[in-house]
Amino acid sequence: MADMKTAAYVCSGCGIGDRIDAKQLERIAQKEGKMQLVRGHEFLCSAEGVALIREDIAKEGVTHVAIAACSRRAKTDAFAFEGVAITRANLREGVIWSQPDTEDARELTQDMADDYVRMACAELKRMKVPAGNPDRGTSKRILVVGGGLSGMTAALAAAGAGYDVVIVEKQAALGGRAAQWHRRIPYRNPYDAPVETGIAELVAAAGAHPRIKVHVNATLAQTKGAPGRFSVSVCVEGGDMVTEEVGAIVQATGFTPYDIARLPELGGGTNPNVVDQAGLERLALEAAAKGEPIRRPSDGGEVKRVVFLQCAGQRDDSGAHLPYCSGHCCLTSIKQAMYFKDASPSIDTVVMYTDLRTPGLGEDFYRAGQARGILFTKGRASSVTADGALCKVAFRDLILDEDAAIDADLVVLATGMVANSGVNIDIPEEERQKMEVKPVSVLNLAYRQGPDMPQLKYGFTDSHFICFPYETRRTGIYAAGPVRRPMDMAQAAEDATGAALKAIQAVENAGLGRAAHPRVGDLSFPTARLEGCTQCKRCTVECPFGAIDEDEKRYPLFNESRCRRCGTCMGACPVRVISFENYSVDTVGNQIKAIDMPDEFSEKPRILVLACENDAYPALDMAAMSGAMYSAFVRVIPVRCLGSVNTIWITDALNGGWDGVMLMGCKKGDDYQCHFVKGSEMAAYRMSKTDDTLKQMGLETERVATYEVAITDVARVSQLINEYVAKIQEIGMSPMKGFA
Amino acid sequence: MTARVATNESILVVGGGISGMTAALEAAECGRQVILAEKTPTLGGRTALLYRYFPKMCHPVCGLEINLRRLKANRNLRILTMAEVVRIEGARGDYTATLRIAPRYVNENCTACGACAEAVASTIPNPYNYGLDRMKAAYLPHAMAYPQRYVLDPSIAGTEEGQQARAACRYGAIDLDMKEETIALKVGAVVWATGWKPYDAAKIQPYGYGRYANVITSVEFERLADPRGPTGGAILRPSDGKPAKNVAFIQCAGSRDENHLRHCSRICCMASLKQTQYLREAYGEDARSTIYYIDIRAIDRFEDFYQKVQHDATVRFVKSKVARIAEDEKTRNPILHGVDTEGYHHYATSHDLVVLAIGMEPEVTGAQVPAEVIEDSSGFIEGAADGGIVAAGVAAAPLDVNRAVQSATAASLRAIAVVHRAAATENA
Repeated sequence: MADMKTAAYVCSGCGIGDRIDAKQLERIAQKEGKMQLVRGHEFLCSAEGVALIREDIAKEGVTHVAIAACSRRAKTDAFAFEGVAITRANLREGVIWSQPDTEDARELTQDMADDYVRMACAELKRMKVPAGNPDRGTSKRILVVGGGLSGMTAALAAAGAGYDVVIVEKQAALGGRAAQWHRRIPYRNPYDAPVETGIAELVAAAGAHPRIKVHVNATLAQTKGAPGRFSVSVCVEGGDMVTEEVGAIVQATGFTPYDIARLPELGGGTNPNVVDQAGLERLALEAAAKGEPIRRPSDGGEVKRVVFLQCAGQRDDSGAHLPYCSGHCCLTSIKQAMYFKDASPSIDTVVMYTDLRTPGLGEDFYRAGQARGILFTKGRASSVTADGALCKVAFRDLILDEDAAIDADLVVLATGMVANSGVNIDIPEEERQKMEVKPVSVLNLAYRQGPDMPQLKYGFTDSHFICFPYETRRTGIYAAGPVRRPMDMAQAAEDATGAALKAIQAVENAGLGRAAHPRVGDLSFPTARLEGCTQCKRCTVECPFGAIDEDEKRYPLFNESRCRRCGTCMGACPVRVISFENYSVDTVGNQIKAIDMPDEFSEKPRILVLACENDAYPALDMAAMSGAMYSAFVRVIPVRCLGSVNTIWITDALNGGWDGVMLMGCKKGDDYQCHFVKGSEMAAYRMSKTDDTLKQMGLETERVATYEVAITDVARVSQLINEYVAKIQEIGMSPMKGFA
Repeated sequence: MTARVATNESILVVGGGISGMTAALEAAECGRQVILAEKTPTLGGRTALLYRYFPKMCHPVCGLEINLRRLKANRNLRILTMAEVVRIEGARGDYTATLRIAPRYVNENCTACGACAEAVASTIPNPYNYGLDRMKAAYLPHAMAYPQRYVLDPSIAGTEEGQQARAACRYGAIDLDMKEETIALKVGAVVWATGWKPYDAAKIQPYGYGRYANVITSVEFERLADPRGPTGGAILRPSDGKPAKNVAFIQCAGSRDENHLRHCSRICCMASLKQTQYLREAYGEDARSTIYYIDIRAIDRFEDFYQKVQHDATVRFVKSKVARIAEDEKTRNPILHGVDTEGYHHYATSHDLVVLAIGMEPEVTGAQVPAEVIEDSSGFIEGAADGGIVAAGVAAAPLDVNRAVQSATAASLRAIAVVHRAAATENA
C-alpha cells in the first residue's frame, strides 16, 4: 500500500531501559520489523512523547504506530491516536514486571522484549485502519412490539428523546394487561396503599404523541434487515400488510398468567370461588364499577374471609409447574387484601406464604398491610375443596409444624408469570412442529438462526450478564418488561426505559458504522473472500449473534451492523477467508511467525499463549503488577475472544517450532462467562479436534492445552504458566524446529 | 471558574460505581456529552470490592474491565476523580454544579510504576479491603483502579516522606503543592448515582460487632474470600487466623427493622447464599454454613440458586431472628442465642465466625444532598420534582447489581430527554 507508513516507538521509562537494552529493540524494529520510522523515548507517555508521535502522524504521514512500552490497558489516554492503526508491545507488565530483576534473568528478559517488538511490527504491517462498516442503516425509528405498560413506556421514553416510534399491538387497543387491573402496588413514597394504575393516562399520552404511530390489531409478519435498516412487514387489521422501516426494536410482549386450571388440587379451573390474581382484579374492577363490595363469584354471597395462596404453581422443584418466583406476587396479594380491608376492616384476609418477598420499600407496604390487620401465615396449602359455597383450604402450618384447615369465601391463587417470548429457537424446527401447541413467533425474524430472540431460561429472553442486563444476542433488538424476566409494573417501567435507551444507542451506532456493546466504537467489521469460500456454513452456524445469513447462492451474507466483532466466524472458517481490517488470521499468524525461534539444543522452549483480552490478559497484567513471576519462555498474544482462534494459528505455531500452545479463555457451561456467549466453548471444541493433527505431526497432545482463566485468577495464571512450561520441558523440545 | 466544555446539553453523573459508570457510558454511547464525577480516587465503586456475583458466581471485575474499555474508547466522556459535588443550583435544563476536587498530589505524568510507594514506609487503613489490612500511604487503590494513577495520602503530603516519594518519582508526577480546587460546571441534567454504604453494624448492639473479633460483615467476608484480599483468599478468623469452617450468616442485620433500616436491602439473602458457596469452595465437605433468616428472598430465577444451596449438605437454614450474640472467652467463638420459630425451641449455638448480612443504606445518609430532591422514608432518592435530577442505582432504591444497572440505563435516557428538550428550547 503506497500510503502506508509504519513507525515504532520504544519507551525506556518505568525501568524498561534499566532492565532491557532499549537500543537493541530499536534496531530490531528497524532491521527485522522493517519499520520506516523508529524512535526511542525515555518517557513516551509524557506530553512531549505523545506530541512526538502526533507530529510524526501529522508531518511524516505515519499511518501505522507500534508502541513498545506498557500494557495496551495502561496509558490509554496518552496513546489514543485517531485514524491510525495502533499496536502495543507490552514491555512493562508483560516483560520487566513479570521477570525477576536479576543478572541471571537478564538474557531471557531481553529475548522476551525482542520478540514482543518483532511481534508488534509483524502485526502492524498486516493491520489496516478500520473505516467503519459499509452496512450503515440510516433509520432512527424505533419499533416497539407490544402496547402494554412496558411498550408504551418505552415508546414515550424514546419519543421524549426525539426519536420516532412505531407501536405494534396485537389487541384492539393499547393498554395491555395492566389495563385490566383495579389498582397497582405503590411505586413511590409513601408505600402505604394501592394507587391508580395510570394506564389510561399512558394510553392517552402514547396516542396523542406526534412522534408515536400506533398499529392495533396488528402483528409482525416478517422482520428482516439489521440495526439501522430493519424492514418489518406488519399484518394489520383486515389482513393488510404495511411495511415499516425501523432502526431498532424493543420487544415488550409481556406475559400470560400461569393457567390456574393446571392447579385443580387448589380448585383452579373447577371452583368458581378460586381465582387467580388477574381474576381478583377483574372482580375488583366490576365491583368498583357498580360501587359495591367484591362478592363471592358462585352465588354473589358476602365475602367474609379471603385466603391468598402464595407461590401457587411457582417455586416448584417437582418439574410440574414453574420453578421460579415471579417476584411481584407477595406485594400483589397484600395490595389485593387491602381492597377488602379498605372496603370493610371486618373481612378476614389471610396471606399464606413460605417466604414473604417484599424487597426494598415493599417492606413499608408489608407493614401497612399488617397495620390493616391482614394476617400472614407461614404455611403451604395442599388442597382447596368446595364445602357448599365455602372453600376449605387444607394446609401445613410451617410454624406449628402441623396440618390445619381454614374456610374461605374466596381463594386467590398467586400464580406466576409466563413470558410471551415466541418460539424457542433452541428447540429444532422438526420438534417444534410436533409440539401439542405450536409456538407462534413474535418477531418472525428472517434470520438464518431462527425467528425469535434466543431465550435464556424458562422462556424469558433475559440477558445472561449481571453487569449488562441489556446485552442482547440479537443486536438492535431489546426485550423489556415481563417477557425478559418476571417483574412488577414499577420494574417494567424502569426496564422499558432502559431498553429504549439501548434501542436509541443501536440506531446511533448503526448510523456511524460501528459496533454495539461490548466492543462499542469498534469500526472494524468482518469481510469474507467469497471466492475461497467452500460454503461449509460454520460461520453462519457458530455466530453467537445471528449476524450471518446465506445469500441465494448459499454464500455467507454478513449483516455487519448485527455483528459484535468477536471474530467467532474468523475462528470457525476452515479456509480462512474471513478477516477484520485490524484483526485477522494474518495479524496474529504473522506474530507467531515473527519470533526468533531458538534451536532445538538451546533449552529455550517457546510457548504461545493466546489469551482472551478481557479476562486472561488483564489477569496476566495484574499478576505482573502484584509481583508474580512467570516463565520467560512464553509469548502472549491477546485475542478478542477465544472463539476467534483459528486452528491454523495452532498448526502454524507447531510447524514453526513452538513447543507448546496455551489457550486461556473464559468459563464455559451453563454459567458461562464469555461475553461472546460461546467463544470459549467453541475454542475448547475445536481444540479437542487437534489431537489427531498433533499425532499426525508426531507431536504429543499436551503441546496444545486449553484453560479457563478468570480475571481474578491473578495468582493462578502465573502458576498455570509455570506448571505448563515445566510439563513441556519434561516432554522435551519440539522436533519441528528448523523446518519452517 | 466555569469549565469550558460543559453546556446545558451536557449531563453530569455523580458517582463512579457501576451505576454511575453505566449511566455515563450509556449516554456517551448515544452521542451525548457527559461528565462523570467520583468522590474517591478510582472508578469502580463497591462492586469492584466483591469477589463474585450471585447467581452466576462470575467476577465483578470482568464487567468492570469491559466498562473501563468502553470508557477509555469514548471521547464524549470526561472523568473527574476525587471530585465531590457540593452544590447544585438551577432547574432542569440549566444547572450549575459546584465540585470540590481534593488534591491527589499526583499528576497525569504518573505511569503507575510504583516507585513512590516503595519510597514510603507509612501505612493507612485500606478502605478497599474495608479496613481489614493496611496499605502504603502512597498507593494505587487496587489493581483495577482507573485512572491508573497513584495517590498520596494527605497525611504524608506535607512530611519528609512526601518529599521522599517526590524524589523517588522519575517523571515529576508528584506535586506536593496541589491544593483543593473548586470548579463550577454548567449542565442540563444530573444523574445522581452515589450508591450505598453498609449499615454501621456496631449500631446493632446485641450482635457485638466491634466487640467480638469473630463477628464481621458480609462486605468484609467478600474481601476474605477474594484472592486479591487481605488473606489472599483464605477464609480465616480475625481473632486467631485459624480457618473459619463453621460460619453463621445472620440475615436482616439492620434491614427490615424500624430501629435501624426500614427497608429490605434485597441483596443480602442472595449474598449469604452465595457466600455459603465460598465456604464450600474453601473447605469442601468440612464447611458448615448456617443461615439464620426471616424470609429467604430469592426473587425470580434466583430461586434456582436457593434450591441449589438447599440441596447442599453443608448448609443449614434456621428460621429465626437471632436475639443476641455472646462470646466464649476461651475459644472466642461467637455463641448465637435465639428461638427457632419452626417448632419454637431455644438455641445457643457456637460458630467459628459470624457474618452479618449487613443492610444497605444510601451512601449520602447523614450528609446533605446538595440539591433539592425527593427522598423516601429510608433516604433513597427519587430525584428533583422537575425531573432534571434523576437518581440511578442504589441511590434510588436498594437493588442488586443487575437491577441497579437497569435503573442506571433508564436514568440515562431520562437525562438525555432533559438535555434534548433543553437543546430544542435553545434552538427554537
